[in-house]
Amino acid sequence: MKQFEYVKAGSTQGVINALAQPGTKIIAGGTNLVDLMKRGVTAPDKLVDITHLPLKDITATSGRLHIGTLALNSIVSENSLVQKKQPLLSMALKAGASPQLRNMATVGGNMMQRTRCGYFYDTTLPCNKRQPESGCGAKEGYNRMHAIFGTSEKCIAVHPSDMCVALAALDTTVIIAGKKGERKLAFTDFHKLPGDTPELDNHLAKDEIILGIEIPDNNFADHSYYLKIRDRQSYAFALVSVAVALDISNGVIRSARLAMGGVAHKPWRLYDAEKALAGKQPSVPLFEQIARGAMQGAKAYQHNEFKINLASNAVIQALKVASGLVPA
Amino acid sequence: MDSKNHNTTPKEDEKENPRRTFLKQTSLLTAIAMAPSALVKAAENHVDDKIADVFEKMPLKMEVNGQLQSLSVEPRATLLDILREQLDLTGSKKGCDYGQCGACTVHIDGQRVLSCLTLGVMVNGKKVTTIEGLAKGDQLHPMQEAFIKHDGFQCGYCTPGQIMSAVACVREGHADSEAEIREFMSGNICRCGAYPNIVKAIQDVKEGGLTV
Repeated sequence: MKQFEYVKAGSTQGVINALAQPGTKIIAGGTNLVDLMKRGVTAPDKLVDITHLPLKDITATSGRLHIGTLALNSIVSENSLVQKKQPLLSMALKAGASPQLRNMATVGGNMMQRTRCGYFYDTTLPCNKRQPESGCGAKEGYNRMHAIFGTSEKCIAVHPSDMCVALAALDTTVIIAGKKGERKLAFTDFHKLPGDTPELDNHLAKDEIILGIEIPDNNFADHSYYLKIRDRQSYAFALVSVAVALDISNGVIRSARLAMGGVAHKPWRLYDAEKALAGKQPSVPLFEQIARGAMQGAKAYQHNEFKINLASNAVIQALKVASGLVPA
Repeated sequence: MDSKNHNTTPKEDEKENPRRTFLKQTSLLTAIAMAPSALVKAAENHVDDKIADVFEKMPLKMEVNGQLQSLSVEPRATLLDILREQLDLTGSKKGCDYGQCGACTVHIDGQRVLSCLTLGVMVNGKKVTTIEGLAKGDQLHPMQEAFIKHDGFQCGYCTPGQIMSAVACVREGHADSEAEIREFMSGNICRCGAYPNIVKAIQDVKEGGLTV
């Protein structure tokens, strides 16, 4: 690993000031950053440790749940407010990584994690995300884990997070601080598609810091489910995952939220499916129709065609469980 | 030298007379090329020292297995390397070194984490427990006893990480069923496949009700 300077941040403003210097990165849990630094994928000159800043709290206020950027994934997943108000988030977090990693990883760090595309990680191979204009190794290479939605000529990588899929479904807002003060961004607008700039995963400016997230209260708690399909039963990235949150009363779906993971460069929200579910009674034929619609526009590569069928079936299964048609 | 592309300010003498810089550099190269190899070696070492000086080591104070340790470490040194190389605590294993196998699992302030992905400087002021800190003198920790009793290992390489994780698994309250144990032990890979016996050992400790 390349040598670097290490400093502890004294305040949020101190972090923002430090980030103005090129080659400076924030470190919190370090579970992805240290990994990438060991492999030479990233080589910052300076790390700003923010772990002791007071940004860990989980609080419920005026119709929303606020979670600080430094709240650990394990703490959030076990938090009683989260479990009661937003069980989908708890389920998604528990589906991710391992207990040791969840004890280190933070909310903000989870959002900022990079793709696990093998071509991004291997510094001897081309990757437009790691080295702009070097080409995409995955497009014509081994692309079994890769995206089927929203890809570009330059990149077909997927975002690896489970937590982010749940947060995208739950209408979360991201609170960001920078030189000009604080700003809020819809979670679904935080990450971006690769387009012509796959080196950028999201819309956070280089001198900005995530302060936390806010999830508005909802009526989804009784009908939420996170289904993750992976190569082994635990501790693996998703081939496909589905986050479902339904508001059902008197046997009718009043409102629905759906997002998929493992299929795109960002959590893939299914807006049309949500509209099509509203006002209907849960049924297998309805869910099959929803899943067919959700796969429109999917584009497979040489090794990931199976994902289209898998994602479709996962949507059906997740809806069946969330609506109570079948047990988990 | 295209300073524009790198967006850096060109050095003064380069701006005034790039040829002079070139001559200085080439004469230095010539001098090195003509010097005896021992002299070159010494010069290189001198340069290394200078580079090292720029990145000064940092003080690290942490409690490891109940003992206060005052160390001097590079910011890039991981807790795992510091434990193994500086403190000779080689129980924590370097399996993958990328946070994928769990062999390096230790407890920081009572929580299980991966020491291979933890920068030592970030552990300053904290308490670390490694596999060496579990036993009380000659008396093994109940989880260590249970791993022996149930044959919870074959080659033994993953075992320190498995045991540190297993202790945490029970303490966290995640050992209520075989399925729960398997899920909450999934961060520890065993290539020998001793999983059924590891699960039995954890269940034994959990059901025994001993304080872990």
